[in-house]
Amino acid sequence: MKKPSAIYLDNAASSWPKPDETWQAMEHFMRSVGANPGRSGHRLSIEAGRILLEARDALAELFGIDDPLRIVFTRNATESLNLVIYGILRPGEHCVTTSMEHNSVMRPLRALEQKGLEVTTVSCSSQGELDPQKIEKAIKKNTRLIVTTHASNIVGTLMPVDEVSEIARSHDIPFCIDAAQTAGAYPIDIEAMNIDLLVFTGHKSLYGPQGTGGLYIREGLEKKLEPLMRGGTGSRSESQEQPNFMPDKYESGTPNTVGIAGLEAGTRFCLEQGIAHIRAKEEGLTHMLIEGLGSIPGVTLYGCGDEKRQVAICSFTVRDLSPSEITMQLDEEFGIMSRPGLHCAPIAHQTIGTSPHGTVRLSAGYFTTDEEIAVAIEAVTKIAARSHNQG
Amino acid sequence: MAKDKQANSYSVVLFHSTSGALMAEKLLKKEGIAYKIIPVPRNLSSDCGVCLRFSRQDESLVRKALAEKVEFQSICNL
Ligand SMILES: Cc1ncc(COP(=O)(O)O)c(C=O)c1O
Repeated sequence: MKKPSAIYLDNAASSWPKPDETWQAMEHFMRSVGANPGRSGHRLSIEAGRILLEARDALAELFGIDDPLRIVFTRNATESLNLVIYGILRPGEHCVTTSMEHNSVMRPLRALEQKGLEVTTVSCSSQGELDPQKIEKAIKKNTRLIVTTHASNIVGTLMPVDEVSEIARSHDIPFCIDAAQTAGAYPIDIEAMNIDLLVFTGHKSLYGPQGTGGLYIREGLEKKLEPLMRGGTGSRSESQEQPNFMPDKYESGTPNTVGIAGLEAGTRFCLEQGIAHIRAKEEGLTHMLIEGLGSIPGVTLYGCGDEKRQVAICSFTVRDLSPSEITMQLDEEFGIMSRPGLHCAPIAHQTIGTSPHGTVRLSAGYFTTDEEIAVAIEAVTKIAARSHNQG
Repeated sequence: MAKDKQANSYSVVLFHSTSGALMAEKLLKKEGIAYKIIPVPRNLSSDCGVCLRFSRQDESLVRKALAEKVEFQSICNL
């Protein structure tokens, strides 16, 4: 793979670069397959259908899922979260979530709140840590869903999802994990972790393209979960009613087959490298970031400060400088791509105490090198020193 | 003569959706059972556009290969 000239530290938004296999699989689909999957019996349609199935197989292997047809494809984590939240919750019911969530959780919940849903937002520590006991205390008679992120997209802090899933199981409440920041980067096992609903996105640590994502639905839960959209599925076409079997119940309309071809390749790349290996590499990069950023005068680093308890995301501020000013300087002078502001998670910034201006976020990926991290730390050091001298 | 006739006749297994048919395809391939993906014959009602055709004498092998791995609608003689 050709290494890009820019130092790309915005992998938490979308990973880049991608493995060559990702775009090669997409090119293969566009050049040689192209047909609509599941809509006809000709060989190209069947080949397109096989691509979808192979992608489900790869994801099933990655997450320890027995039946690949329990995986539904969506456009992204946002669509999967909307599917879960709108599909399960009704006015008068209650949902428990945390104060570290992305707006893809908070906005659907706030909208349903207007229609009579009750929402409890359990507060996390300023390091973004969740005390699972608080989840248990928040549960009420009418609680129908617990939804939490697996890792914060701002400070990377991992949530105690094992404990929360045990609590959810003992109260017989479905538990939905938003694995946007962990799928492909951190071990996930559906059975060992007792996960009911797993939301993932394709364009981050699964190294697929944008516009791909999905949802795992535990057997039986599809009876409680209404689809977000209805329409053509290529199956049961004589009926004007939506099919009730997996995955067609939730997959109406022509899918993003070219994107899913890339997602399959990206997922297989993760399987080949091995999640343990990917994780070890990213822990090393995170350690460098924490040590480096944490020791620059005038820089405040947020989060738990322990690479073992977070993913490869670091947020910081520099005294007297706005996050957007720092991001601009990093790009223009040093060729470093970062992300400033609130990162679509205003409630999480309130929790860590960085509202309303937010932070600068640096996020590493599997292709990030130690040298790139060193250059970034040096750049932040220069920017901070300069602003201090001026101030 | 009767045996010969059976050797040459086919059955099909029908699924709810193409995903199911393609999952079954992988299982039959793994077991080394000969099959062909064909459009669902018009006279058989089905939910999906394709089904798997196999030699009728392999029916028990097919049932065994698919059992508890992929849900199918029915097996019909052609
Ligand atoms: C924790 C978290 N949840 C959800 C999302 C939404 O992902 P997507 O933009 O792919 O829908 C993101 C990323 O943007 C995220 O970091």
